[in-house]
Amino acid sequence: MIIDHLGNALELVLTWKMALVMLSCALFGLFVGAVPGLSATMATAMLVPLTFFMDPVPAISAIVTTAAMAIFASDIPAALVRIPGTAASAAYVGDLTALTAKGRVGRALGISVTASAIGGVFGSLVLMFAAPQLALVSLNFTSFEYFWLALLGLSAAVMLGNASVLKSLMALAIGLMIASVGMDTTSGTPRFTFGSASLLDGVAFVPALIGMFAVPELIRTFVHRDETPPVAPIGNPFRMFEGLGRVLMTSKLNLLRSSTIGTAIGILPGAGSDIGSWISYAVSKRFSRKPETYGKGSEEAVLGACAANNSALSGAYVPAMVFGIPGDSITAIVIGVLYVKGLNPGPMVFLTNADTVAAIFLVFLLANLLIVPLGLLAIALASQVLRVPKIALAPLILGFCIVGSYSIDAAASGIVIMIVLGVLAYLMEENGFPVAPTILGIVMGLLVERNLVSNMIKADGTFMPFVERPIAAGLALTCLVVWTVPAVGWLLQRRRRAAARTAAKQES
Amino acid sequence: MELTKRTLLAATAAFAMAGAGPAVAQDWPSGPVTIIVPWSSGGGTDATARMIGTLLEDEIGVPVAVVNRTGGSGVIGHTAIADAEPDGQTIGVATLEIGSMHTLGLTDLTHEAYAPIGLYNSDPAALFVRTDSDYDDANALLAALEDAEDRAFKASGSAQGGVNHLAMAGMLLAAGMPPDRVAWVPSEGAAPGLQDLAAGGVEIATASLPEAAALIDAGLIRPLAVFASERLDSAPDVPTFVEATGHDFALGSWRGIVAPAGIPEDVQAQLIEAVGAVVQKPEYLSFMNDRGYATQWTPGDAFESFMEKSDAALAESLAAVGLAK
Repeated sequence: MIIDHLGNALELVLTWKMALVMLSCALFGLFVGAVPGLSATMATAMLVPLTFFMDPVPAISAIVTTAAMAIFASDIPAALVRIPGTAASAAYVGDLTALTAKGRVGRALGISVTASAIGGVFGSLVLMFAAPQLALVSLNFTSFEYFWLALLGLSAAVMLGNASVLKSLMALAIGLMIASVGMDTTSGTPRFTFGSASLLDGVAFVPALIGMFAVPELIRTFVHRDETPPVAPIGNPFRMFEGLGRVLMTSKLNLLRSSTIGTAIGILPGAGSDIGSWISYAVSKRFSRKPETYGKGSEEAVLGACAANNSALSGAYVPAMVFGIPGDSITAIVIGVLYVKGLNPGPMVFLTNADTVAAIFLVFLLANLLIVPLGLLAIALASQVLRVPKIALAPLILGFCIVGSYSIDAAASGIVIMIVLGVLAYLMEENGFPVAPTILGIVMGLLVERNLVSNMIKADGTFMPFVERPIAAGLALTCLVVWTVPAVGWLLQRRRRAAARTAAKQES
Repeated sequence: MELTKRTLLAATAAFAMAGAGPAVAQDWPSGPVTIIVPWSSGGGTDATARMIGTLLEDEIGVPVAVVNRTGGSGVIGHTAIADAEPDGQTIGVATLEIGSMHTLGLTDLTHEAYAPIGLYNSDPAALFVRTDSDYDDANALLAALEDAEDRAFKASGSAQGGVNHLAMAGMLLAAGMPPDRVAWVPSEGAAPGLQDLAAGGVEIATASLPEAAALIDAGLIRPLAVFASERLDSAPDVPTFVEATGHDFALGSWRGIVAPAGIPEDVQAQLIEAVGAVVQKPEYLSFMNDRGYATQWTPGDAFESFMEKSDAALAESLAAVGLAK
């Protein structure tokens, strides 16, 4: 049915005005994404008053283009100076920086740019052809299903990086403890806030992210002053696609799987691109032939997670367009703009405004394709940063960290959170604890707790309703398998080793 | 070179004097105006504030910046408005939560820290069930609740102590039932609560009508009654709760522009006039109507007494559900 309207939609999209809007918004999004601390949400909110004076299609495409660009561009500072822009990119920031340290920054970002575009296009196609049907599926998810899904996300913690399972679990527990700061969702009682109003909503997430990734790197730059690794050669940035085709071909299954996971999880309004990117990272590691390279600069890891990340972004529009339920803060803004433009979200919009809706979907495709040329340009410019010695760059990075932590809530408390968690992360990493599981704990802790509490209220304290609904039961079973299989394997291995030891003893 | 420098200096001086001249003659606005929003960018309060900001810029001829000061369940932003210099250069949007935050024990701040400019929106809460539900109207639902055990029915639509929770509790109290008759499942706002209703996670939900519009259009949920004193223009088919059941009860969220207390009276009057002009503009009205937000304009002292009443009503409901500190 969308096909019938593509002709009219093309007429709406292929105009000079649209080209101008999309190009300028793409540049704006690139800038916002590449500057650490400026978020895609902030950029879209600033665009809203401008969209009042635009036609519906340019208005929505302005937002879509800005958001898609900003999400991709946040990988640039993640790779160059280890400041991830979003929680979703936190999953693979370790791989990005490891690749940069090996002097393969062009390759790392080349993969990021291509995978982002492929994932985005995949998500857009799904959105085009199956939005109303898929939205109905998303409506089967209550807090019971979300609870199990969040637990599954938490289980990804032990799959990240290469630290021991025990250390990963401890790092996760630290994250969960940090997540318990703030107002208790059920009783409204402040927990561990020490009377500070800034902590009522919990530990601010973006300062935590900046602190835990960027600050340890800065501290190391100063501590190991003499050992500062030589400046990575940049090479010709326009040759970053060399050999990329082969990588894409060998990991086409990984790409497909990650894009599917990203889209599927993005469609669920209670989950979003963060969980999508973490789970797809864990899954692709599970199926990888070289799982030991994950976290140490694996190209596959970056490829999969980037694809999941951008496909989830398109997925979030499914419940937003069909039921007016926002999947993330950007779609929340888009819903508002849709109403203002008379495109009231609902299943009817696909019939009453079919041309416009088809045009919006086309814009999704174009925006994701635009990522490639413009992203290349941005990478070529930004990579020059690596020419500067690390020690000279450090004060500038610290400045960005401070501004970024402050600007999210316009509050100095963000800077304190960044510094405290930064020092904590430095101590953790110096002692072999990975920080990615901690970030995961901060992101998911609240989700797990909120859904658990909702479930307990709904179930009157009994357990059966947790597994009575079919999807919930399926997810619960998956959790059980994920937890028990490695544990059983470990036990068996231990027993075999013990038996071998006793046998060896008896022989001697 | 010398000449250029001197010319430049002279030009700068002239420019500075020109700039200083009108500032003395005209007290307000003496520079850019800031509107503080206690909620995050992208939400309804933010959207309405940005619309007012854009139009206010034309009205008073100086730049108007909208700043989100989020956190602490609204405490941080509301406090930032109260703590601003009372010169009219910083104003803000106060919401219903100014009446509940202090009762919940989160802050000492009350509406008395503000000079009222005007109430520009209030959206009553409404009562929803799934379309396939057995309850055809509010009376049928109330009858079922009468017979049910405490906490047998579950409802959602906001955080604990949020406006939709208080609407549910207030409805039960008005109908002569204990607020515990329906167990409240806290949610991160109206949208997830309504989604949980559509997905079959809860049986009842409360939220404002615009928040539920898409799910109503999709035929998944339906409104039984709206907690307002009269039917809404945007939804003339939905009866008020008092029409449907005979029990008088009204509650809804609201948004208004306030300035820090202690602002000079003439500046307050100018602000009331300027914002009052903005909310009559056709661009503003069509924006609010398109988004489904109710419009009104209750300036000055009337807004003050409205906030007083809202405060008292919230204190009563919060005490009833056991959340008052």
